[in-house]
Amino acid sequence: MTKSELIARLAGRFPQLVAKDADLTVKVVLDAMSLALARGDRIEIRGFGSFALNYRPPRMGRNPKSGEKVLVPAKHVPHFKAGKELRERVDQPQS
Amino acid sequence: MTLTKAELADLLFEKVGLNKREAKDMVEAFFEEVRHALEAGDSVKLSGFGNFQLRDKPQRPGRNPKTGEEIPITARRVVTFHASQKLKATVESVRNEQST
Repeated sequence: MTKSELIARLAGRFPQLVAKDADLTVKVVLDAMSLALARGDRIEIRGFGSFALNYRPPRMGRNPKSGEKVLVPAKHVPHFKAGKELRERVDQPQS
Repeated sequence: MTLTKAELADLLFEKVGLNKREAKDMVEAFFEEVRHALEAGDSVKLSGFGNFQLRDKPQRPGRNPKTGEEIPITARRVVTFHASQKLKATVESVRNEQST
């Protein structure tokens, strides 16, 4: 499912709204989630899962081409942990 | 601070102009559609944010950490999330600004 398919499915669920509302909804939700993570905040969606940042400490890496040692700086990477309902629904045997 | 469904519904009320009821239902529907796609075995690609993918994990040996007893971890299907380059870059740029 792509973003545009998600928008279409939401629009189909809310026939009283104009199509643009579903489009804007997806944009507002994803922007708010990105911004929360950028601020270092967690996201917690009951029944779906949570997003948080994982810290990667600085390390010595190697340039695979030249073999030269380079310092890879510390960074934060987004991490998702599926919630109970999502975990259980995804793991159901396929019929 | 933690972002939750309640804050997302408030944003839809303010920025999209949905009424409170619709905003709450819309947030619920958003995550339900994603769950539904994943449940059906379909991956979800939200450009600019990231991809939710499914992985089938084979059974592997495990251990009860309390008793030390060996018990197999059954085969299962799990969801993984891969942040897009854009989301990774957004997180890095803002974090770096804060630390300098």
